[in-house]
Amino acid sequence: MKVGAREYSLWTIAIALVLIFALVPVLWLLSISLKPPSEITDQRLIPSSISFDNYKSLFEGGWSGPFLRPLINSIAIALITTVVAIFLASFTAYAIARLEFPGKRLILAGALAIAMFPPISTVGPLFDMWRAIGIYDTYLGLIIPYLTFSLPLAVYVLVAFFREIPWDLEQAAQVDGATPWQAFRKVIMPLAAPGIFTAAILVFIFCWNDFVYAISLTSSDNSRTVPAALAFFTGESTFTEPTGSIAAAAIVVTIPIIVFVLIFQRRIVSGLTAGAVKG
Amino acid sequence: MSEIVLDGVTKVFDDGYEAVKDLNLDIADGEFVILVGPSGCGKSTALRMIAGLEDISAGELKIDDEVVNDRSPKDRDIAMVFQNYALYPHMTVRENMGFALSLAGVDKAEIDRKVEEAAATLDLTQHLDRKPANLSGGQRQRVAMGRAIVRDPKVFLMDEPLSNLDAKLRVQMRTEVARLQSDLGTTMIYVTHDQTEAMTLGDRVAVMRAGVLQQVGSPEELYTKPRNLFVAGFIGSPAMNFMPAEVVDGKIKLPLGEVDPSQVDGLDAPPSGKVVAGIRPENFEDAAIVQDSVKTERGLTFEAEIDLVESLGSDLYAYFHIESEGVQSDQLADLVGERLAETGAAGLREGEEQIVARLEPTSKVRRRQTAELWADTRKLHLFDPESGERL
Repeated sequence: MKVGAREYSLWTIAIALVLIFALVPVLWLLSISLKPPSEITDQRLIPSSISFDNYKSLFEGGWSGPFLRPLINSIAIALITTVVAIFLASFTAYAIARLEFPGKRLILAGALAIAMFPPISTVGPLFDMWRAIGIYDTYLGLIIPYLTFSLPLAVYVLVAFFREIPWDLEQAAQVDGATPWQAFRKVIMPLAAPGIFTAAILVFIFCWNDFVYAISLTSSDNSRTVPAALAFFTGESTFTEPTGSIAAAAIVVTIPIIVFVLIFQRRIVSGLTAGAVKG
Repeated sequence: MSEIVLDGVTKVFDDGYEAVKDLNLDIADGEFVILVGPSGCGKSTALRMIAGLEDISAGELKIDDEVVNDRSPKDRDIAMVFQNYALYPHMTVRENMGFALSLAGVDKAEIDRKVEEAAATLDLTQHLDRKPANLSGGQRQRVAMGRAIVRDPKVFLMDEPLSNLDAKLRVQMRTEVARLQSDLGTTMIYVTHDQTEAMTLGDRVAVMRAGVLQQVGSPEELYTKPRNLFVAGFIGSPAMNFMPAEVVDGKIKLPLGEVDPSQVDGLDAPPSGKVVAGIRPENFEDAAIVQDSVKTERGLTFEAEIDLVESLGSDLYAYFHIESEGVQSDQLADLVGERLAETGAAGLREGEEQIVARLEPTSKVRRRQTAELWADTRKLHLFDPESGERL
């Protein structure tokens, strides 16, 4: 396909605009995080002097400090949720994509309905329930609602990917002597890998970014995640805003996401099934 | 070794559609059997039932005297080549071919040895470490075959393995398949919709229509003694010509002329009433070429206005039409689409039926001229118009 030079340059401009729009706030955040407290309100994008005090203050106090514990909580909760969600969703999606069974449409419709449900409306009841059964302010107390919302998402993504895999491949594996589990693990899973990684990234980001549940269902550093912990940051004194440390924390929390995406993005190569079947 | 018996095998799908009806077929050890029929005739379903990819609704399937109805594909010791090859795209050719063996727990050196042996047979040695995506259609097809042969299974099942190849490669691979089967001596069941493939490959050919087995026999038997109108029309290219006929005063009255039943080969009892007559294109000849002694002994000489002449060098096809109501039969109706595509019998007026004759290339017949043709009436096929059965 030949793309005209004019069209090409228009696209370049459009993409550049979108990038600027998306990245300028991040740059601004980075700039604030690098400024000493006295210069935070100087309205300059490029700091006149660079200090890492904000970052240092984040990790001051180590385990009992304001940031390290929530960061570990965030990583652990997001990772556990992602692993469990992908594990369950891959079986569910496989069954939905491959089998005809009563209630299949109901499951899909139900999943979609749950994914659409506004989280805020469940927070109140969950708060009461979790306190009654004793999982308020625990990992489990956050992982359960995260799973509820991320499973439908993961199932939807994976069903779409599983449907792309030619069924003949699985039958070929069966004829080659594979048990259903072997066919799934050695043929279907490797081919669905791009889908699995896509779903994993989406679930991870969803858990990582959640604020509503994190602020409502936690009360201490036992299970408080970073987005909630940011709200509890305090300044140097009662009269200073913690703007600098919040900016530094915001920069730090984007790093795991970037790492996570970079690792998995390499796996998301399209056309993995090319050459399987013809026709 | 490995004999396959289908005893009243039936497939009814969940929606009530009966894809295969009461299929009885005995396949001897080492035999090469072709299942052939137009699309939707149940041949692939039958094959998939043998493979264990479809449940058998009724009847019994035996491999080596053991009923295997309830065995999963992996426990039947069969290998299958799929129409679209179904190669594992994330594995190299070597891994594709060795997959079954590695699942079976064969040790690595042995797998390598067998894979390389099969690759050598199929001329794939230099491609062993490539992925299927980087192979041509023909190479992929050979990998699919290689995957089947490394296993040394009891039975090979082939589901239209050549239909995705271009015409030239198809002919080449056809010989390859035939050679492979005779070298290995393994029982093979091969599904195709292409009657040429069926006729050239198989020891025996089973013709199916709408889920029902029509006739099983050697290619020659199917060609010379088709059991019914469907088989007669399906086997052979160009297809057999059909015309209505009637037996009056002990003579068969054809639109072309009258024939004495005693001239027709293999007629069990003298027919009566209305019949359907069939005659293959090669049983016509330019009357000028046929020796007079033959003409007086048997056959039918008639005049026809030639609509079209196709000269293929080795053969010459002459198309002409006869005045006829046409032959009404469900069995032939199934074939109409294919025949139209083959003969291009379009543009005919109501009450005319196109006939194809294959003549010697030396024939002098010309388009839009009246020619004198001769039909070898020994080779006339007669069918019952109601049941379509051979008389």
